[in-house]
Amino acid sequence: METSAIEHGAWLTGPLIYLAAAVLAVPLAKFMGLGSIIGYLAAGILIGPWGLKLVTNPQEMLSFSEFGVVLMLFLVGLELEPRRLWSLRKPIFGWGSVQLFGSAALMMAVAVLAGVDWRLALVAALGLALSSTAIGLGVLAERNLMGTTSGQSVLSVSLLQDVAAIPVLALLPLLAVSQVQASGGGWLDAAKALGVIAVIVLGGRLLLRPALRWIARSDTPEIFTAASLLLVVATAALMQSVGLSMALGAFLAGVLLAESEYRRELETDIEPFKGLLLGLFFIAVGMSIDFAVVLQQPLLIAGVVIGFLLLKLAVLWAMGLAMPIPKPERPLFMILLAQGGEFGFVVFQTAAQAGVISAPASSFLVAAVAISMLLTPLLLVAADRWLIPLLAGQNRSTPPEISEPQSQPVIVAGSGRYGQIVARMLYANGIQPTLLDHDAEAIDGFRRFGWRVFYGDATRLDLLRIAGAGKAKVLVLAVDDIEQSIEVAKLVIQHFPQLTLVARARNVRHYYALRDLGVTLIERETFDSALMSARSVLEALGWQPHQARTLAMRFRRHNTAQIDAMAPHWKDEDKLIAAAKQGRQQLEELFAQERGEAAQRQVTAGWAREGRAEGDIRS
Amino acid sequence: MNDPTRPAGSDILVIVAHPALEQSRANRRLMLAAAGASARVEVRDLYALYPDYLIDTAAEQARLQAATLVVWQHPIHWYSMPPLMKLYVDEVLSFGWAYGPDGDALRGKDLWLVATTGGPEDSYRPDSYNRYFFDAFMPPYEQTAALCGLRFLPPLVLHGAHDVNEAQIAAHAAVYAQRLSSYPRWPEIDEMPECVDCEVPASARPAEAPDTTDRPQRLERQALQEPTWKPVQSNTAPG
Repeated sequence: METSAIEHGAWLTGPLIYLAAAVLAVPLAKFMGLGSIIGYLAAGILIGPWGLKLVTNPQEMLSFSEFGVVLMLFLVGLELEPRRLWSLRKPIFGWGSVQLFGSAALMMAVAVLAGVDWRLALVAALGLALSSTAIGLGVLAERNLMGTTSGQSVLSVSLLQDVAAIPVLALLPLLAVSQVQASGGGWLDAAKALGVIAVIVLGGRLLLRPALRWIARSDTPEIFTAASLLLVVATAALMQSVGLSMALGAFLAGVLLAESEYRRELETDIEPFKGLLLGLFFIAVGMSIDFAVVLQQPLLIAGVVIGFLLLKLAVLWAMGLAMPIPKPERPLFMILLAQGGEFGFVVFQTAAQAGVISAPASSFLVAAVAISMLLTPLLLVAADRWLIPLLAGQNRSTPPEISEPQSQPVIVAGSGRYGQIVARMLYANGIQPTLLDHDAEAIDGFRRFGWRVFYGDATRLDLLRIAGAGKAKVLVLAVDDIEQSIEVAKLVIQHFPQLTLVARARNVRHYYALRDLGVTLIERETFDSALMSARSVLEALGWQPHQARTLAMRFRRHNTAQIDAMAPHWKDEDKLIAAAKQGRQQLEELFAQERGEAAQRQVTAGWAREGRAEGDIRS
Repeated sequence: MNDPTRPAGSDILVIVAHPALEQSRANRRLMLAAAGASARVEVRDLYALYPDYLIDTAAEQARLQAATLVVWQHPIHWYSMPPLMKLYVDEVLSFGWAYGPDGDALRGKDLWLVATTGGPEDSYRPDSYNRYFFDAFMPPYEQTAALCGLRFLPPLVLHGAHDVNEAQIAAHAAVYAQRLSSYPRWPEIDEMPECVDCEVPASARPAEAPDTTDRPQRLERQALQEPTWKPVQSNTAPG
């Protein structure tokens, strides 16, 4: 009884420390522009045995870390719907295999040449070739890049690794066969492992759905969540009973649930926990860096980390050249897949348990993987600050696409949300505009739909000339950046006086700046959609649709007139504000006056007899 | 005609056009009366459906085709119909569909005008300010109907709509509803002559209907030739 009270206290202290560290470290890291993953890792190092020693019990740390990996892999598995896997099969099995086996072969070759035992070299190469799905997908989600070409490529490679890790893990005990002390037992273990996996997959497919249906019928959401967790724990326990990784079991349980019709419900249930679980996982990674191993052989570990990162980067660089990934996105693709991953931990642990590699070798490799994971966010920050702008700049100075002269009557500069709609309406009416954009990603997307989009910076005179500005009749100025927009307008007015400018204004100041240059066809970008929303509001409140329309149109006319009237003062903020206030007051008075007149008409019976009989609209 | 929004089995189509229904005394009541008169009635409020004046011609034609009785319910403005109603007539009753060669989509149907006027009945006299009897303003309606092969039923008119009291409006709405629900068993229908046949020869129109997509383009080109300073509202929809 006494011990349980102490355990109870310990159980509370742990989460207290982890949560407090995360809550402090993550916002700090984000504030410094380093991203949340670095924050979690730093928090882990900070509270770990090599930091403040708040968590010193290595056993507790290990099981905690293992639990983080288990739950994380369950979530990864849950997202790995077999159908989704199937639709991505070509990039996954093609490019994924190139990455995994290419990197592994290269690393093993280097290791064997360096005199490492071939078994250790093979295990290390396979384990280090795996990347961190949690970091890769985590960064993609954090930066909202999942939909980009590089995002899809990272996902594909990660998925293959998730799949390939299963046979790798299952076959690891086989390597032990050649070791003297494990003769015969290795074959039996491998057979057991394969058997348990088969039992889980077949049993899960046949029994899981009826079971979940029965549980769902109880209409108790938390019991449903509990059932899925029970499944994870049960599968993990089953796996551990035959000496396989619990994490692999959890992963399998996730895949099995991904197939069930309750997956969405389950995801909604678990989604709030997901981010935090990932965070705890990264904390565990930070804590698990064994600085004793690192300090024992600092040069060797630095060499291994740098060496395997370089080898993997080389393979990924070659892949990036062959894959349809835009140049500025390639560094992201490479960095997100270069580090070692959580599956690596499992591989080394399993291999050590099976006696394929020694325990010190395993903890050395685990430390290397953890350090590479810590380096990833730092590399990303470095790439963001220096490499990507450099690549984008390089691209800009050598635009290969817009070398052939164009001669369309309309040029649309900026193919974002605004220019896109303009261009689509022109297309629909048989006009093929020349679209210019300096966003490689956007161009890639448009080209896939068969659009004539060209890479080019509209602020450059020579590019405007090649785009056909000398012969075109209209230039639609739809670029996002206000400075660039004004620059293009100046260029066009000076060099292509025959061009009619149709401009998008980001705000009123931009509008005035364009107006000062002599541009007359300017639209404020959100003005008309906001008016449409105002119409919808009036209609929802019971106004007649036609009345709502008339009021919106009159508001529009008044507002544009007011904007024009204020134009002389736009550089003088005080006058501008005063004029705006006055204008708003005028409009309110006008509308109030009309409302009053309408009300008056309603009560004055017989007015029509004296007035304009048939011009009146109230009958 | 398989439109799910159309009440099944409705053969009476009531087209309502009032530019400011929120200020209406009579027409809103009449519209409600029509909607509640019978399951046979479908009411279409043009100004609510097309506040931007972009009429869905195909949908309107499909509804006309399904109807036996077409009702035009609107206030009389300047001795005629409100602008969106006129646009509806222009675009929906098209050449080759409602009239002209093969334009017999409406042939044999009935058209009934249900109108209100602001002026009282005695203002529609040669000695009053409207100078003509109300019937004198009907020929454009009658002839529109005749050209499409529609039988023009005697209009139901409420005069002095600003003046009439609550009881009078209610009585008028009741007559309207009763008429709709008893159609076509109206006493006067039996006495009406057959519809006049107005054959429009194909040569009455240019061989090729003008391409409507061409017009704005030509205007646009013209505008481009003279790029002068214009007030801002000129490049947008009219206010």
